[in-house]
Amino acid sequence: MTSERRLMQGNEACAEGALKAGLQFFAGYPITPSTEIAEILAKKLPKLGGKFIQMEDEIASMAAVIGASLTGAKSLTATSGPGFSLKQENLGFAIMTEVPCVIVNVQRLGPSTGGPTLTAQGDVLQARWGTHGEHAIIALCPASVEETYYLTIMAFNYAERFRTPVILLLDETIGHLRESVQLDKYDKMKIFSRPRPWETPDKYLPYAAEDDEPPPMAVFGEGYRYHVTGLVHDETGFPCTGNHAAIDRLLRRLTNKILAHEDEITLYKETMTEDAEHLLIAFGASARSAASAVKIARREGIRAGLLQVQTLWPFPEKLIRQKTLGKRSVLVPEMNLGQYAREIKKVVSDKTMVVTLSQIDGRLFHPNKILAYFKGEEKHAEVL
Amino acid sequence: MKEPKQWQIRLSGSGGQGLILAGIILAEAGNLENKYVVQTQSYGPEARGGASRAEVIISDAPIDYLEVETADIFLALTSEAYAKYCYNVAPGSIVIIDENVKTKLQRTRVNAFPIISTARDTLGREIVANIVALGVLVSLSEILHHDSVKAALKKRVPPHTMELNARAFEKGWALGKERLAVKEVEKI
Repeated sequence: MTSERRLMQGNEACAEGALKAGLQFFAGYPITPSTEIAEILAKKLPKLGGKFIQMEDEIASMAAVIGASLTGAKSLTATSGPGFSLKQENLGFAIMTEVPCVIVNVQRLGPSTGGPTLTAQGDVLQARWGTHGEHAIIALCPASVEETYYLTIMAFNYAERFRTPVILLLDETIGHLRESVQLDKYDKMKIFSRPRPWETPDKYLPYAAEDDEPPPMAVFGEGYRYHVTGLVHDETGFPCTGNHAAIDRLLRRLTNKILAHEDEITLYKETMTEDAEHLLIAFGASARSAASAVKIARREGIRAGLLQVQTLWPFPEKLIRQKTLGKRSVLVPEMNLGQYAREIKKVVSDKTMVVTLSQIDGRLFHPNKILAYFKGEEKHAEVL
Repeated sequence: MKEPKQWQIRLSGSGGQGLILAGIILAEAGNLENKYVVQTQSYGPEARGGASRAEVIISDAPIDYLEVETADIFLALTSEAYAKYCYNVAPGSIVIIDENVKTKLQRTRVNAFPIISTARDTLGREIVANIVALGVLVSLSEILHHDSVKAALKKRVPPHTMELNARAFEKGWALGKERLAVKEVEKI
């Protein structure tokens, strides 16, 4: 019965995807619109031998996730805007200490308490730059329930492969959406787990790695003793605040271990892009609206196409450059005021016009806004 | 009645009346009939009260835009929900309301049923008004088969409430069928 089509919610697909990826630990503090993820894992994870902890707040949950991951457990937390803000400091700690983990942010309308049940995509740049200091990050964004399952598994794979926190950015629409899924096609997906050191504990250098790779990771409690610090550190893991060469090497490696693997991390889908004059670039729920608009536009004789980016960060620069080449215009519908559109503008040729289309009223981006743009009638369109 | 390729359904009522569950059951039944389905919802931060809306699209083809554009079927269990959510309802659509809902439409063009009173007085539990409404909606519109909705119900309601919910569904189904026996479904 694995080929059975099931009706599933986005948040449920996220929880199921995490279990499929080998989740062993969840810590969180429930918040709309992400609560179902915690709710489902509270029921299922302990039965599978994992641990579920509801912590006193989001800061502590993020800390617990980092601690659990250091003991070798694949770890997850799920939150929404206000909680995502609270997690930023420890998120930076996980980046600096290279602790694999997955953070789900089901975006709701912000800033602040904003609209708990209102949809938005306002945390795109927060995912990139929410924590301070020079760093790279991986953030994935699904546009369907089935993609949520797939990208949750990929989020764990990338976290383990690159020893880094990975952010799964859902929006309220996708988190709460129910639709039919067929998950058996993912049964044979490769599940990646962090490489362990091969040296004996006395020879182990916890942060020794190639310039664009993460180091192997020992499990706390198996005899490998090492220092984990948010301070800049050398290969031994101990602070090296006076060793500028070591600092330079560490900080460049933290970014390069991700950026050097852009091709491996870039995930996307496309429809009718090849002969398109107008290329829509979209992600999350607004990609579904864009897909609808492309079909209607084509019926009206407008050569539109859709590039749906699933990997938002690292910015898929090569992909965007290649797909936008020779296009008359690039349209970016977002439920924010053009956060991703401005990133796209940075890499697109000056011969191609980049237009941001925005909707921030708490409702799902409507395809009519895109169609109105083609007729010159959309007021929330801005040429960048 | 000729089946269109896509049904867009909007269910509305007061928060806590279980319209979102009714929407999930409709979507589940569509899934059991191998249709493409999406279900979305809109509600305020409050756990009870306020108007809430569930939307379901049931289609023979994959669905892009996730929300209802023009409702083929609109259900309202309260006047507040009717006032808030009875928009983009096209000519030819089926409007189903509880008999106590105030509408601007001519009474002869809507399908009014004693949904809440049936749940409260006949079945003894007002809480199953959502499932009575589901029975009415499915029998009147013929969008899905009786048995697939019954199977979906079984998948989605707590086991100890199944007997009551099944009776509520049958009662609603019968209300719809009795009406169809004397007159055609009203469309706007």
